[in-house]
Amino acid sequence: MNAVDILFYFFATLSVGGGLLMIMSRHPVPAALFMIISLVSVAALFVLLEAFFLAILQVLVYAGAVMVLFLFIIMLLDVGPDGGKVSRIKVISGLAGCLSFGILVVLLLQFSGIGSAESGSWQEIQTTEQVNGDSLLFSTSLKNFGYGLFTKYMLPIQVAGFLLLAAMVGVIVLSKKSLTSGGTE
Amino acid sequence: MFDFDMLLMVGLKFLFALLMIGAVMTMAGYSVLAERKVSAWMQGRVGPNRTVLPFIVHIPFVGKFLKGLGMFQPLADGLKFLFKEEMIPGHVNKLYYNLAPIVALVPALTTMTVLPFGEFFAEDGRTIPLMLANLEVGILFVLAVSSLGVYGIVLAGWSSNSKYPFLGGIRSSAQMISYELAMGLSLLPIFLWVSEPGTGAMGLSLVDIVNSQNDRAWLLLVQPLSALIFLIALFAETNRLPFDMPESETDLVGGFHTEYGGFKFGIFFVAEYAHIVVGSAIFTVIFLGGWHFLPWIADPWPATWVGTLLGIGWFLAKTIFLIFFFIWVRWTIPRFRYDQVMNLGWTKLLPLALLNLIFYVLLVTWLDQPTA
Amino acid sequence: MAKTVVLQRKPLSLSERTYLPQIVTGLKTTFSNMFKEKVTLQYPEEKPIIPKNYRGVPTLVKDPNGREKCVSCQLCEFVCPPKAIRITPGSVPEGEEDREHVEKAPQEFEINMLRCIYCGYCQEVCPEEAIYLQDEYSSSGYTREEMINNKEKLYELGGTLPDSHYKWDQKKTAEEQGNDH
Repeated sequence: MNAVDILFYFFATLSVGGGLLMIMSRHPVPAALFMIISLVSVAALFVLLEAFFLAILQVLVYAGAVMVLFLFIIMLLDVGPDGGKVSRIKVISGLAGCLSFGILVVLLLQFSGIGSAESGSWQEIQTTEQVNGDSLLFSTSLKNFGYGLFTKYMLPIQVAGFLLLAAMVGVIVLSKKSLTSGGTE
Repeated sequence: MFDFDMLLMVGLKFLFALLMIGAVMTMAGYSVLAERKVSAWMQGRVGPNRTVLPFIVHIPFVGKFLKGLGMFQPLADGLKFLFKEEMIPGHVNKLYYNLAPIVALVPALTTMTVLPFGEFFAEDGRTIPLMLANLEVGILFVLAVSSLGVYGIVLAGWSSNSKYPFLGGIRSSAQMISYELAMGLSLLPIFLWVSEPGTGAMGLSLVDIVNSQNDRAWLLLVQPLSALIFLIALFAETNRLPFDMPESETDLVGGFHTEYGGFKFGIFFVAEYAHIVVGSAIFTVIFLGGWHFLPWIADPWPATWVGTLLGIGWFLAKTIFLIFFFIWVRWTIPRFRYDQVMNLGWTKLLPLALLNLIFYVLLVTWLDQPTA
Repeated sequence: MAKTVVLQRKPLSLSERTYLPQIVTGLKTTFSNMFKEKVTLQYPEEKPIIPKNYRGVPTLVKDPNGREKCVSCQLCEFVCPPKAIRITPGSVPEGEEDREHVEKAPQEFEINMLRCIYCGYCQEVCPEEAIYLQDEYSSSGYTREEMINNKEKLYELGGTLPDSHYKWDQKKTAEEQGNDH
């Protein structure tokens, strides 16, 4: 076990523990803080994989911008430990949690080689020289990242962008509507 | 398990990191002094000129000069913070209250790991940039980590469990979101310009940015609008007047650190100035040619250790001028109102940054046309 | 009747709307201020010039012959709004030829400087012009007791002021010439 392994286990524990504490804390502000810890440790895991760009994007976008927005909203609405309606959502979120956990288990079984030993499984990648080869540069080098993003994955990018646009328009429509109805009252 | 070379490397990095922290903290401490001195001069006062170490004062002329400049004031201030009673108000959330200053200070000091401040000329003719970690995506690292600094303020505001800090925390988070976008967008044209084909620079490395300005125009002269937007966003991100919403003393008592005192307040204070120091250094690196001499003039110093030292000195001089500029602006312009800050960020700076980006995309494309 | 003129403001030009030229002007002003002469008074070394009629710490004064002027009438004690003055009346000590025509003299005279509000009523009310608010403005001490000025301290602070009346001399001559009051 070398230093990198120790660091990996440290940050892995931190990210999983942060995630657990996030869903278990009663007050939304600590929950958001634990989520930040979890996100930052995932970024640290990316660093251990030498995917610096991904790591920095993780911190910049999720920990730096999205979570600030979350905290802003939480603090602006001053949500307390028992804020919001929970009873109905609890069931749905429980179901969703069980479902995603099941999918995760199935996927892990599939890719860890217990289910099948096809090429492209998790263990295969570790043994090949691809780990240090050029093919993984896609995730580390910035230029390759951009190149891949705007050639091979052009369509997903456009779709994602469109989705975000739709979300933004939706938000604007919703907030405008409440504004005008509030104004006429 | 550890061989000697590894140990040496780690040890040296550790030493360099300590040196950097020492340098930045010293500069932060003396920025506080500069703030007090410059504000005093601008208001017709003299500023701190009493504090002196007992044995220094007996040195003829020099001792008196240092005393007059208040050179030992940061020392006295630091000691004062250390020896003050650490009191924790009864109504705060203790864990987060104690955590907040640390969360504020760590990002401020972490950003400097990717900060190049000079170059070392090796004997075999190579030039090695002086920095802790030469990251390909250096500027993104700076943006990412400095954006984490807001959590210290938000956490302090929330855990203080009192209305003024709370308002300060909310304002801080809103301001951070608003100006980060403009800041990032103002930097994109810079990197487009620098990474154009043929220059050899690629990626978002800060070293390449600096070297692209060697005996050529500074990027401040090439892209004044980007520099302006970046500077304004920098003022907002470092919570400096006219954007010091989180701690505007006149309407929020002390803002996010109202409930803090003693050393914890000192940490907030130092973190704020460390942000300014690092921010000034980043601006120097990107827009003012870093350690290179004046625009269009090649470095006049030889490529030896003398050149290294002079380069670092020149870099520091530019950074110190920028710190002075920060202070200068603070004592010139009154504070914006909160809605004005939001308005400026979203409806003025962001569209301007977008237009700026589009303009430079078109320009760079047009300039690259003949070579293609 | 004054005519109200409504000035038509010109719309701001583009450079004015960015506020940048104005900010630059402001920066110039503050920068030029840096090199102006400082107005700071280096206090303990340099003292401010105290104007005449300054109302500083109340003191007791003696006349040019070095005689106590206060006759312990207790008017100042009576008029003092915060009741800072406390006088223990007494008689003129035996054998002081110069003052024998004054019935009384203060045995003890205390002004509590923690109470005093520097209003100057005592000076105004004093029929003998014995109490004056002079140019001393800085009084400090480590204990409450130290802040009570006793008679000795008050005379030390007050010193001697020129006197145009020489009341006791007048009284003495009056008595000697036989038209006593």
